[in-house]
Amino acid sequence: MRPFTYERATSALSAVKTAALTPNARFIAGGTNLLDLMKLDIEHPAHLIDVSRLPMAAIEPTPEGGLRIGAAASNSAVAADPTVRARYPVLSEAIVAGASPQLRNKASVGGNLLQRTRCAYFYDTTKPCNKRAPGSGCGALEGLNRNAAIFGASHACIATHTSDMAVALVALGARVEMLSPSGDPRSFPVMELHRLPGENPQYETHLIPGELITAVVLPPPPTGGQIYRKVRDRASYAGGLASVAVAGGQVALGMVAAKPWRAAETEGALASGASPAEAIAKELEGASPLGRNDFKISLVARLAAAAIGEAKARGQ
Amino acid sequence: MQTTITVNGEARSLDVDPRTTLLDLLREQLKLTGAKKGCDHGQCGACTVLVNGVRINSCLSLAVSHDGDEVVSIEGVGQVGKLHPVQQAFLSQDAFQCGYCTPGQICSTLGMLRELEAGAPSQETAPGARPAFTEAEIRERMSGNICRCTAYPQIVEAIKQAAEMMA
Repeated sequence: MRPFTYERATSALSAVKTAALTPNARFIAGGTNLLDLMKLDIEHPAHLIDVSRLPMAAIEPTPEGGLRIGAAASNSAVAADPTVRARYPVLSEAIVAGASPQLRNKASVGGNLLQRTRCAYFYDTTKPCNKRAPGSGCGALEGLNRNAAIFGASHACIATHTSDMAVALVALGARVEMLSPSGDPRSFPVMELHRLPGENPQYETHLIPGELITAVVLPPPPTGGQIYRKVRDRASYAGGLASVAVAGGQVALGMVAAKPWRAAETEGALASGASPAEAIAKELEGASPLGRNDFKISLVARLAAAAIGEAKARGQ
Repeated sequence: MQTTITVNGEARSLDVDPRTTLLDLLREQLKLTGAKKGCDHGQCGACTVLVNGVRINSCLSLAVSHDGDEVVSIEGVGQVGKLHPVQQAFLSQDAFQCGYCTPGQICSTLGMLRELEAGAPSQETAPGARPAFTEAEIRERMSGNICRCTAYPQIVEAIKQAAEMMA
């Protein structure tokens, strides 16, 4: 690991101010993704600002009847929270579908949202990757890209976002709250947090430099059943090939794009009375598979249709 | 960077390079070599320790971030002649071959049993239900600990036995 300096933040405001003023500074909370990438020389921050002990781990009801989850809450704490389990089961199910118990005990909500892709070419520093080394090219494009995106990819990058939690948050219509270096709070839908790759896949979110995610806010749960379903190569502790989160009439897909993919076409079709199979087929009309990941089309078609049906049954 | 961590009940104050992981602090500075460096990337679980009673991968955690924390590694679980029930159960059930993953398996078991006791869900838990102490739950909850000698069936039996002994 390359040398870096470390400090423990005393407040969120001091953390964002330091982050904005210090070249190549990064926040660290759980560190489960960042430290892994630092060991591999993929991430090399000069300064780490530890935000894990800031008072941002509370999970509390909002006046609007929703739930505010502090960004420093551990993934395990969110999955086990009684309100989350009772009112937002899709979120609890998504979290326990990801990583291992040890990682979930350490990983934070904010860090989960900002985790980097698991694209093998991003991880292999001997290969070109526009995300890791902008302008070097995309090794995955003509390579072993079985797990690449089928929506929203570009010639510069075909990597997917691998969070399970984020897929559920998008299906639930959650918002993300940030503190900017000016001290101003900002917020926007989780659905709008991540960027599609375009020409510049190294820019992954719409956060401004130094900005800190402070919370995720869930609106009251939508009417209807909820479910999270994930398909992967092993039964446990493996990144997904595809996933789907359903919350009432709201549907999001995971591991099919550089961001959790809100299935707007599917939602529209369901609202106008289409069957689950018809509704997901509508979404998949817009998919662009690359050959090795063609299987994701039929996989997502079956997975999403089954999950939508199951969520409906749960809601009755 | 001056860092004080309580390790197996004893406060240890050390000057730590910020790059040092909790695992390297235990192994290299404190010479507690029970926790193992298997993959060093959070994939194998051999480095599992308990921090404030919660199991984590010590390889993916900076030592400096644990100032003031209480860490328990396998050396703090039990001693020869005074084994913890989980250690005794692993012996009784022959739940290892080479033994390299065992300290992590045992620390993970301790954390896992607490999580089960607290009712924390896994993907094997029915929606809204309290988790049951089933083989499927044990296997899922131990999926972060790999055993290349494939002692998995015996590990499951050891965990069942340990839970009975501890009940």
